Amino acid sequence: MLVDALTFNAGYNAAVVVLGTAAFGLAAGAVGAFVLLRGRALIADAAAHATLPGVAGAYLLAFTLGSDQRGLPALLAGAALTSALAVLAVHALTARGRLKDDAAMALALSVGFGLGMVLLSVVQALPTGSQAGLKGFILGQAAGMLARDAVLIALLAAAAGVLVALFFRPLSVLCFDPAFAATVGLPVRALDGALLSLMLAVAIIGLSAVGALMVVGLMVIPAATARLLANRLAVMVGLSALFGGASAWIGAAVSASQHGLPTGATIVLVASALFTLALLAAPERGVVAEAMRRAVAARRRKHAAAGQGCAMSISR
Amino acid sequence: MRAPDPVPLPPEPALAVQGLSVAYGGTPVLTDVSWQVPAGTLAAIIGPNGAGKSTFLKAVLGLIPSLCGEVRLFGRPLAEVRCRVAYLPQRASVDWDFPLTALEVAAQGRYPHVGWFRPLPRRERDRALAALAEVGLADLAHRRIGALSGGQQQRVFLARALALEAELMLMDEPFAGVDAASETAILAVLRRLAAAGRTVIAVHHDLATAPATFSEVLLLNRRVIAAGPMATTFTAEALAEAYGAPIPLAALA
Repeated sequence: MLVDALTFNAGYNAAVVVLGTAAFGLAAGAVGAFVLLRGRALIADAAAHATLPGVAGAYLLAFTLGSDQRGLPALLAGAALTSALAVLAVHALTARGRLKDDAAMALALSVGFGLGMVLLSVVQALPTGSQAGLKGFILGQAAGMLARDAVLIALLAAAAGVLVALFFRPLSVLCFDPAFAATVGLPVRALDGALLSLMLAVAIIGLSAVGALMVVGLMVIPAATARLLANRLAVMVGLSALFGGASAWIGAAVSASQHGLPTGATIVLVASALFTLALLAAPERGVVAEAMRRAVAARRRKHAAAGQGCAMSISR
Repeated sequence: MRAPDPVPLPPEPALAVQGLSVAYGGTPVLTDVSWQVPAGTLAAIIGPNGAGKSTFLKAVLGLIPSLCGEVRLFGRPLAEVRCRVAYLPQRASVDWDFPLTALEVAAQGRYPHVGWFRPLPRRERDRALAALAEVGLADLAHRRIGALSGGQQQRVFLARALALEAELMLMDEPFAGVDAASETAILAVLRRLAAAGRTVIAVHHDLATAPATFSEVLLLNRRVIAAGPMATTFTAEALAEAYGAPIPLAALA
């Protein structure tokens, strides 16, 4: 059954869902490379947790208005609103040094997640609530996705990938040397805002498949894996996209074939397995390569010391 | 009687700062700094740690806001002459573990000329390569920047500024932590730039090498201690005032 899921033979809906999730993984990896290099992983995580009250709030609003409560676009719009609010809150709290970055982000993360859990339990208590599948937004539940939602996710992911390709050079200079970027006239604040928005957009696109708690993992872990392997930025972004896509594809297929496995969590575990492999076996920066270099250097030192000893005994 | 022919106006100074003050969160860092640097000179900014030397460069470049004061580059506001000015940040200000090669960093100096949304044409790539050759790094063009020595990294920054083809370069400690080979290479580039009529303003720490390298100087300690030509400004008295302690003249020989 796993082989069927991996090779898209587990039925039309399952195939589309696995493909859509894999497309999302590609985009998450590509954007994640820049998130990692610009040091934005924590704010991304805070924003992702803060999507939950938006999802639950949008559902509750739709319920009271009596409209279609399961429409994915409405839920994602709610997620976008609250996660943007969380980012603005972090900015406001850290402005003028009121609070340090990490404290402000921890605060936004826990308040967002707490509020999300409370609202979700309200949703669960509604007559239609337990069938709404909103719990899937926490850890990801690709199996419950509709084919048309998967297509929407894949299209949005493709758009994110195009934006990364288009802004590749400005983003690379921004991440490497923001002061230089500003002096050559790049709009640094606007670019940072664009990167943040792209990151939020990717986090929100992936919510239903990967879940609020796991979506940043699918951005950052493939990027960290690629960083271990690549010496060139273009290669790193490409590898990161590849690892993101592969993790999402395998993870989604595994969770589709094993009933009840949360998709996002499975995907993140696949991604971290790839990371562990790279950490051990990366040609330059891997643990094994480093240990071998150390051993060679130690042997050289030993030989050199022995050589000196000889020279001294001869001169004596 | 015929009116005398108009005397050609002296060329605008490369940098003219008038009454510049900067504060970080209410604490004043620079107070009422005024300084002029003639075009075509090598100028040093010298002062103790925390004197506001880097802050001065950043304020001139508009990277940090200033409380008051006027900055003119070639007689114009910064916004009009941005492409004629290059900035070399402190080497430690960036992550050298970044996945880029020396050539890719040098090529960043060409993007502002050709645009950010297309690959660099071959001709432009060659210009970046030529800039690397000028600082003596042609052989290391495809080396990862993290695998370069500190002095070589500083030279990569210099190559990027050269690739910008700017007329004024503001450098934050270009000689900090570089080995003798890199120091010689950087010095040769600075002299060539000045000979070609370019202006270099550098934060400098080595009091012993300053008089031989630079022709203009700003002695700074949160305010201007002394400013002007090196020969008349760089005196034991002014140094003692800037550093708050007598500097033995032997150290300057």
